[in-house]
This record gives sequence, C-alpha cells and structure tokens, in this order.
Amino acid sequence: MENAKDIVLDYVKQEYLEDGDDREIKYDTALITGGFVDSFSMVSLKVFLETKYNISIPDDKATPEAFDSVNNIVELLKGFGVN
Amino acid sequence: MSYPQDIRNIYGSQLDELRKQGIFKEERAIFSQQNADIKVEFPIGSQQKEEINMCANNYLGLSSHPEVIKAAHAGLDSRGYGMSSVRFICGTQDIHKTLEHRLTEFLGTEDTILFPSCMDANAGVFEAVLTDQDVMIADRLVHASIVDGMRLCKAHQDTYKHSDMAHLEDKLKLHQDKRVRLIITDGSFSMDGDLAKLDKIVELAEKYNSMVFVDDSHASGFIGKTGRGTHEHCGVVGKIDIITTTLGKALGGASGGCVSGRKEIVEMCRQKARPYLFSNTVAPVVVSGALAVLDIISKTTERRDKLERNTTFWRKGLTEAGLIIKEGETPIVPVMLFNAKLSQDFAKTLYDDGIYAVGFFFPVVPKGQARIRTQLSAAHEMHHLEKALAAFTNAGKKFGILGKTKQEIIDMYGM
Repeated sequence: MENAKDIVLDYVKQEYLEDGDDREIKYDTALITGGFVDSFSMVSLKVFLETKYNISIPDDKATPEAFDSVNNIVELLKGFGVN
Repeated sequence: MSYPQDIRNIYGSQLDELRKQGIFKEERAIFSQQNADIKVEFPIGSQQKEEINMCANNYLGLSSHPEVIKAAHAGLDSRGYGMSSVRFICGTQDIHKTLEHRLTEFLGTEDTILFPSCMDANAGVFEAVLTDQDVMIADRLVHASIVDGMRLCKAHQDTYKHSDMAHLEDKLKLHQDKRVRLIITDGSFSMDGDLAKLDKIVELAEKYNSMVFVDDSHASGFIGKTGRGTHEHCGVVGKIDIITTTLGKALGGASGGCVSGRKEIVEMCRQKARPYLFSNTVAPVVVSGALAVLDIISKTTERRDKLERNTTFWRKGLTEAGLIIKEGETPIVPVMLFNAKLSQDFAKTLYDDGIYAVGFFFPVVPKGQARIRTQLSAAHEMHHLEKALAAFTNAGKKFGILGKTKQEIIDMYGM
C-alpha cells in the first residue's frame, strides 16, 4: 500500500500545479512560502486529508507551518495515527 | 500610559519590515474630480502633475458625470446628509427601497438588499445563509472580500483551480453529502481581467444540485450586451442564485454594494447579515446618484459601447507595440512584466511621462506574475489612449522588453 508521504505528494501536485506548470514539488518543497499554495486554497488540502484519513484536523493544528511541505504534513498526520 | 514605547516599537518594526520587503503602500493625493485627466501629487507634498488615469474602476466614466452630480445634490437637499441609524431602526428611506427595486430590475433577479459596500455584502451573505451542514466551493482567484466572508461562515470550505470546470466538477462530486453546495466565483476577475465561465458553471450547478454565487463588481454596468453583467454575457440571466456587486466602480464609483438574487436569500440577509444589521447603509446622497446612474445606463448602451471600443483599441495597441498582455475581452488589461521591481520602475517611468498606472506584485498577484494593471474607461477619449500607448511603448523600449517573450523578460530581470 502506498505510504502517506507519496499519497500527499501526488495530491499536492494534482491539486496545485496548473497545466503547463513544470515546477518540481518534492517532499521538502515549501508549499506555502514557496508560492504553490496560498492560505485560502490550503483549505482544499485539509478537506483532502480529513476525507482520505477520516480524521478531523482542528484549526489550531491546520496552520500554514504544518502545511508548508509534504514532510510537515506527514508529521502532522502522525499525530493522528496516520503513517 | 496605555501606549508605551515598547508597544510603539512593535508596530514600528512591523512597518519597517513592510518597507524593507517593498510592499509598503503609499497613497497618491488627487486634487481633482475622478476622471480620465487628474491632477496628482505623488509623493504627497511633491509638485502636482497632470496625469491620464489608467487605473480607476471608473469603467463607464460616471464618477463625475454632471447628471449624477446634479442628482446627488438634489438627493442631499431633499433627503439630507445621513440617517444616523441602521436600516431596520430608522435608517430606511423611500429611495433606498427604490434603489433596491431598480437594481433588481437591472440585474434580472428576484430581490436586492443594499449594503454599505460590496466588501460588507460579501462579509455578510455567507454566514447569513449557510450552516455547518453546507459547503462553499470557491474559485481560487476570488476577491479577498469573499475569502474573508467565507472565513466568517461555519459552512465547510473548498476551492477549485481558477476557471477549471473539470476540477470544479470533482469538488461537486466530493461534496454530494452536504445539504447545500454553493459555487462561488467572481464574474470578472479583477487582477487578470478574465470572465468566469458562468454558462458552464450553471450547467454543473444544475447537474449537481448546487447554488451559484457571483461577485460581479468588475462587470456590473458594462459586461454583456446591455451591461447587466457577466450573467448576461454568458446567457444565464435569472439562473444565478446570488449576485453581489458594488456601486463603487462602474455604477457611479462612490460607495455601497448589494446582494441580489433569490428572494428568500435576500430576506435571510435582511434578518441575519451582520454588516446590514449593525452598520448604517448607503448615504442618501449616494443613493440619489446611483439612481441617476441606473437611469443613464438603462436609457442607452452608448457608454458601455464606447468602453468596448476603447478596450479593443487598447488591447490591440499594446499587443502590436510588443508588450505582453493577459488575453481577454474586459477593460481590465494587465501588462505583464513578471518581475516585481520592473513593475515598480515601469510604473514610475509612466508616471513621469504623464500616465498614472500602478504595478502589482506578490502577494497581490502570484510570484513571478508582476504586472501593471490598466483599466479602460468610457471617459477616455482617443487622444488619452494614444498618449498612454506612446508612453507604454516608450517605457517598453527603455526597459528593452518590446517584442520579448515571457522567458526573455524573466532572463533579463528575474522572477
């Protein structure tokens, strides 16, 4: 079974790269400070994680820092028992 | 002392940081009426300059129209200066009801409620009509006031890639378990000047049993054959459930906004929308001016047609000069420069040459997409546009970007 790290990376690429955008996104790429995801569209990432893993991420944990890279997101998910 | 030096220093250093990042906003003082020709002082305190205004939302050139000013004077004389009350206590005059009725007719909806601004309309409407059982699905480039309004609402939030209908459809499928799905978009997007695909959005809304919200602030009065807005342009008048728009742009340019749409939704706003309940509405003088605006644009499409001709001339002229613009058909025409500093230097050169336009860069627009946003007006005559075109061409030559591709400009100046 695919691990959370790859699932999240695939999702981020599909969700946030426009057609023709050939910038590379890796596990440690800064998503928010790097300009791929803004604080508004970040809600879609939260919806995805909550739906995919059947969890509820409270607002105080869904911070721009926690969502700023795939690595950070995976760390966040570990707190909900997702690996 | 409630404001000691250490507190002052906190804000002082935050402001210094904005200056260091180059995102500190400075106002330019205008010493004339809003029009195609303005007298500007920038920086404030420097010598005043005559400039051609290429960055106002004065699309129809009605901000200083004699008939609008005359009507505003008459309204001031007959209904006074202020209401000193919110609407539901003693702040509603006959003319407020008349303006709501006239906007309903103009927009082709069921009912309308005025707000102090469209920012307030967007801040109030979502919370008034949606609950935590519902979902708001927004285009990622909607105006900041919509983002703020959504954040004030308890409904679930999601977004879709800008104008990407396949992505929107995915999101509508994902949220079929919600009580109400509300698709949220601008009609005309203020930074790129493109139009929402409202015909496709309505199709999807019907397929997935969803409502549609459109902020038509940059369209009301001039987009569509008779200027009703993006819904007229896309052939979906009567099919948009909620329209918000402003009186602060094409429709006189003073202030005020509204929610127009399904009568139950408008009534919910009257009962529950906080900016309506807890703030005075549009002042009588502005209401009177706005009624005159609706009279003018309902009689003839002359101004809207002139704006369209000006837009065609401007888009063609810039392209032929070798500048890169965002394709589209609206009077919002972004001249793409990609590099933030270049956008500021370009704007400064234009200003020195008598053309007033503003450079936008991250975070107002995405990184690497800095630009000068130009906006056409029916107040522009051909001599204004010819002079502006010459100034843009000269600036393009000065910075060596005429005929260059995006990549070539980025290679020269960086992102």
